[in-house]
Amino acid sequence: MSNPTHSQQAAIMRSMLGRARGLGSAKSGTGHWWGQRLTAVALVPLGIWFVVGAIAHAGATRAGIEHWISGPMTATLMLALIACLFQHMQLGLQVVIEDYVHGESCRVATLLAMKAATALLAILAALSVLKMALAG
Amino acid sequence: MVEFALPANSRVTAGTTHPAPSGAKNTRTFRIYRWNPDDGKNPRTDVYTVDMDHCGPMVLDALIKIKNEIDPTLTFRRSCREGICGSCAMNIDGTNTLACLKPIDEVKGQVSINPLPHMPVVKDLVPDLSGAYAQLRSIDPWLKSDTPPPDGERLQSKEEREKLDGMWECILCFCCSTACPSYWWNGDRYLGPAVLLAAYRWIADSRDERTGERLDALEDPFKLYRCHTIMNCTQTCPKGLNPGKAIAKIKTLMLERQV
Repeated sequence: MSNPTHSQQAAIMRSMLGRARGLGSAKSGTGHWWGQRLTAVALVPLGIWFVVGAIAHAGATRAGIEHWISGPMTATLMLALIACLFQHMQLGLQVVIEDYVHGESCRVATLLAMKAATALLAILAALSVLKMALAG
Repeated sequence: MVEFALPANSRVTAGTTHPAPSGAKNTRTFRIYRWNPDDGKNPRTDVYTVDMDHCGPMVLDALIKIKNEIDPTLTFRRSCREGICGSCAMNIDGTNTLACLKPIDEVKGQVSINPLPHMPVVKDLVPDLSGAYAQLRSIDPWLKSDTPPPDGERLQSKEEREKLDGMWECILCFCCSTACPSYWWNGDRYLGPAVLLAAYRWIADSRDERTGERLDALEDPFKLYRCHTIMNCTQTCPKGLNPGKAIAKIKTLMLERQV
């Protein structure tokens, strides 16, 4: 219920249809939408597996944890979990930013910062698993 | 960023109170959003108490009674008074609906009436829908066929025709689009449920031959994929339609043509 002032209306003389069509279709978005759903589904078994494993190793020594993670099956599932988790996270945060951060430059800057932070966190997590897996 | 508060010139102030006529025993109170573009003042809420013994059962009946008998400056759109023209779409008791189909009895306490949310206001309860109409025009809501026209009708099987049920009934009142938070925040780029329902009506039409072209035009992070299945659209539709399902079907077709 914002009431446009006359000066705001005068600033745009482009037709309503021209504005509605805008820059046309980006011909993308389906991959993003499907990727978010696929990673969500994958995270259900991976998440359950990780929580069960973590509870089973509650109170374990550092060496015990390292032994668990360094097993080839555990390391593979851990890397799959990390890939799905951080991919799902960046896809979801992208939607939040596109929804709520307006203004082209501000939105692009926020998106890039979020993607960089997510990528670094994913690399850090993967490297931690690999370090344990390859050291054994 | 998204604005969470109304701009200073849109904040609603207290307005005039019109008491019940003397002798009225059965009354209801209506709190109505008022804004006049010509007086330079902020919007206000006027309060009207109506004698229900001499008023029809629907909210539109009360609005017409107020305009005829209490305050002729009250401005709203209405035409058919039977839920087929879509003119009297407004926010009643917190929900977008048609004033002509909304029984006053369904509202408890005072009846608050506002224009459709998050659209520019022309005056009082009249929203400016020209942006939404342009978005509807942008999806080319008409049959596109390259086959030379037949001598008679373009035939459809019973099954093909049934696919249009739940869509041809849309009266374009825009209750759904203006109930959608995604449309509030990004209505300049997101087409909104009403227009996407209309788009799917032509995508699903067996007589239309430009289905792929129509999908191409919608495949966009903002035009289509701002829908986050919040489902306010389906919940609020005064005609009982399901725009959320139509949007889901468009998304399914987008995927189907890739696999």
